[in-house]
Amino acid sequence: MAGLPLEGLNVLDFCWVAVGPMTTKYLSEYGATVLRVESAKRPETLRRAGPFAGGQSGVNRSGYFANYNANKYGLSIDMSHPDAPGLILRIAEWADVVTENFTPGTLERWGLGYDELSRVNPRILLFSASMLGRGGPMQTQPGFGAVLSSLAGYTNIIGWPDRGPVNPYGAYTDFVCPKFAVAAILAAVDRQRATGRGTHLDMSQLETSLHFSGPMLLDAAVNGREPELVGNRHPSASPHGSYPCAPDANGETDRWIAIAAFDDRQWAALRDEIAADGFTDITSGEFRTFRVRKAHEDKLDGIIADWTASHDRHELMSRLQGAGVPAGVVNDTRDLFDDPQLRHREHFTWLDHPEMGLYATDYTETQLSLTPGRLDRPAPLLGQDTEYALREIVGLSEAEYRDLHEAGALE
Amino acid sequence: MSVERAAKTGCLLSSSSSEIEQQMTEETDYGPGLLAPYRVLDLTDGRGLLCGKMLADLGADVVQVEPPGGNPARRIGPFYKDEPGPERSLFWWAYCANKRGVTLDVGKVDGAALFRRLVGQADFVIESADPGHMSSLGLGYSELRELNPRLVMVSITAFGQDGPYADYAASDIVGMALGGFMHLTGDGDRPPLRVSMPQFYQHGSAAGAAGAMIAHTHRQLTGEGQHVDVSCQQAVARTLAHAPQYWDLEQTILRRMGAYRESAGGTFTRINWPCKDGYVNFQPGGGTAGAARSVRSMLAWMTEEGMGSPELDAVNWEELGYGTARADIMDQTVAAVAPFFMTHTRNELADGALERRILLFPVATPSDILAHRQLAARDYYDRIEHEDIGETVTYPGHFVKDLTDPSRVGVRRRAPRIGEHNREILGGELGLNERDLSRLTELSVV
Repeated sequence: MAGLPLEGLNVLDFCWVAVGPMTTKYLSEYGATVLRVESAKRPETLRRAGPFAGGQSGVNRSGYFANYNANKYGLSIDMSHPDAPGLILRIAEWADVVTENFTPGTLERWGLGYDELSRVNPRILLFSASMLGRGGPMQTQPGFGAVLSSLAGYTNIIGWPDRGPVNPYGAYTDFVCPKFAVAAILAAVDRQRATGRGTHLDMSQLETSLHFSGPMLLDAAVNGREPELVGNRHPSASPHGSYPCAPDANGETDRWIAIAAFDDRQWAALRDEIAADGFTDITSGEFRTFRVRKAHEDKLDGIIADWTASHDRHELMSRLQGAGVPAGVVNDTRDLFDDPQLRHREHFTWLDHPEMGLYATDYTETQLSLTPGRLDRPAPLLGQDTEYALREIVGLSEAEYRDLHEAGALE
Repeated sequence: MSVERAAKTGCLLSSSSSEIEQQMTEETDYGPGLLAPYRVLDLTDGRGLLCGKMLADLGADVVQVEPPGGNPARRIGPFYKDEPGPERSLFWWAYCANKRGVTLDVGKVDGAALFRRLVGQADFVIESADPGHMSSLGLGYSELRELNPRLVMVSITAFGQDGPYADYAASDIVGMALGGFMHLTGDGDRPPLRVSMPQFYQHGSAAGAAGAMIAHTHRQLTGEGQHVDVSCQQAVARTLAHAPQYWDLEQTILRRMGAYRESAGGTFTRINWPCKDGYVNFQPGGGTAGAARSVRSMLAWMTEEGMGSPELDAVNWEELGYGTARADIMDQTVAAVAPFFMTHTRNELADGALERRILLFPVATPSDILAHRQLAARDYYDRIEHEDIGETVTYPGHFVKDLTDPSRVGVRRRAPRIGEHNREILGGELGLNERDLSRLTELSVV
């Protein structure tokens, strides 16, 4: 069996919260050695964010943190200690890649900017991610993906026309960017290995996220169009929406199915399924062509909702898919764990954590035929690997380690 | 390690420019762009175009291989001046910029043969056909690896190459439903919502580029290519932050709450607020990462303008965890903050937030984004000439900046017209002469 594809890639990881740790989790899943530097004095946001194992909070109990930090080594270093920059430069000699997503200027203030890092290691690849990028009038604007999703234009196009916009769930842009980040980091690793050149990459979460919006921005730029709230409607499909379904065996009532018809064949198949259950209004001339369906879409959605409301969502999905109609149940988070396709892909795996016990973490969405990823170490306890990583991985002598420890640079 | 400790120091480029120049002169193999040495054959339709676009932005030579009538993605709107046409799709423009294009019917014997010759010289093939389709053409990974064992082949599909849903008909809304996104998005008393712009396949396409580069790293070390099988459903399920973990660890199903967000079981925070001329996002809550300080700054601003709240000033925001403000605190916050926002425009609020380090962003429209001063200051947009229509078009530019390389990641050329580079690639590289090309054109192969 082939080894992991990123074996031998050494990463000094200062990333925190979601976007950065998710990026370096791709690297750790595929075999990179990732040394995650944290502060015990100021445990990072995610260690203090729920959910917690057994509902009991604690810096080593967050499932949010544990998911994104599997397979990494945890070091705790007091970055305000005078010996800390020297230690980091020592680790940078070992590293191929340094990753960070502090507000621009933080590394430089510690004397650990690209110039200093590349002085000790000229081939170093520094990956810097921030909300709005380096330079410019807003580089220090604080933020989270949760609110950045609005600046990036997503919130403006989610919602019902008779109400206001709503945000996409979660820190949405945090989960757009890591895929771009991994591609860019490994492209720079390729050049590093071929030429020995160093690189400083600067990623703005806003700029990266806008690549999901290219057509909308071009539409505004060349056609002057401003989008409106449309619920679930789609300009070239009808019907196109999510519809209520019967409560499930657990009595859960928040049950829905998404259905779409993009062409005459899909529409005819859907119409026949609905009519077969006695909802013959669906065969009315008002719905015969795409154009007339668009003119009567509220009525159409009403008939479909009446039909779906008496059906089990899974039964309906199988039936519609059998007829060639795009349809999918609206999975809630519990459903994701039972979803047959996600189970087939082994989307979740469970790691045994010394404080949390078994917890779920997700595999990458990319399955590599020859060198599949592997998640086999739970996220580190705060500072659990400081000594091991510095002595055995970075190669500090016993005396060097002891001096740092006694000086109080290690937490 | 906090944003609080960040200094307002500037960008670092200038100090090291002489070193960069020195490095540039030492360089031999690498032209402009990190991936300049590599060739990508892109067979994807609208479901997978972004993957090759990302590699093209990073400098790879990406050749879009289309059927002779044009890629079906050319029929996806919006269109230039709202007039549909294969050379007017803004979807195509956005996701095929930086690529070259050839027409080749890989479903025909002669077309497949030419494609195989291209594969012999390629580093990557990307495709987004339904599972099994490439194999039915004799162009599955097991066939292509025989031609080029170093090849990295990326397949982007809704659910992956096999499994119970592999043959399901999917669209964006179906995928966003099955990926778990919709259940969490929208108003609590209405049906679940999608983003009214495609997201499902974009997540999978972007992941495809990441997976391609992971496989590439292995190939460069060992000479071994492989197949990268992407599931868009998984990609979307990975956008849900901590929500799946809430089920796993606390058996709590988080739900959609409109302008609010359920941040944990039983606690929630308001995130979206109307203001004088639109909406802004502001997430009151406690904890690290400047969240508590952000709330304090907002309360101080309100006090300055005579709209302060002593009750909220007395809350110990610093001790509250991330996103764990209690319901009574949230109610008080809404009662005090909502009227304040109504006295300001979103630009006023955004400017004040920058000055006062408040976690607040406007709900931006596309024209806001096109005019955004930070994007302008970072020279984000690329303006590309479309000589065929006599217009210069604005594109989203660098998705990452390489501060150590003066050549930029970004858009260098417009998307190809149908068959624009047939002569250059099929003639120039594969050595087909004019007679071959016109014979193949007659047979509708190119």
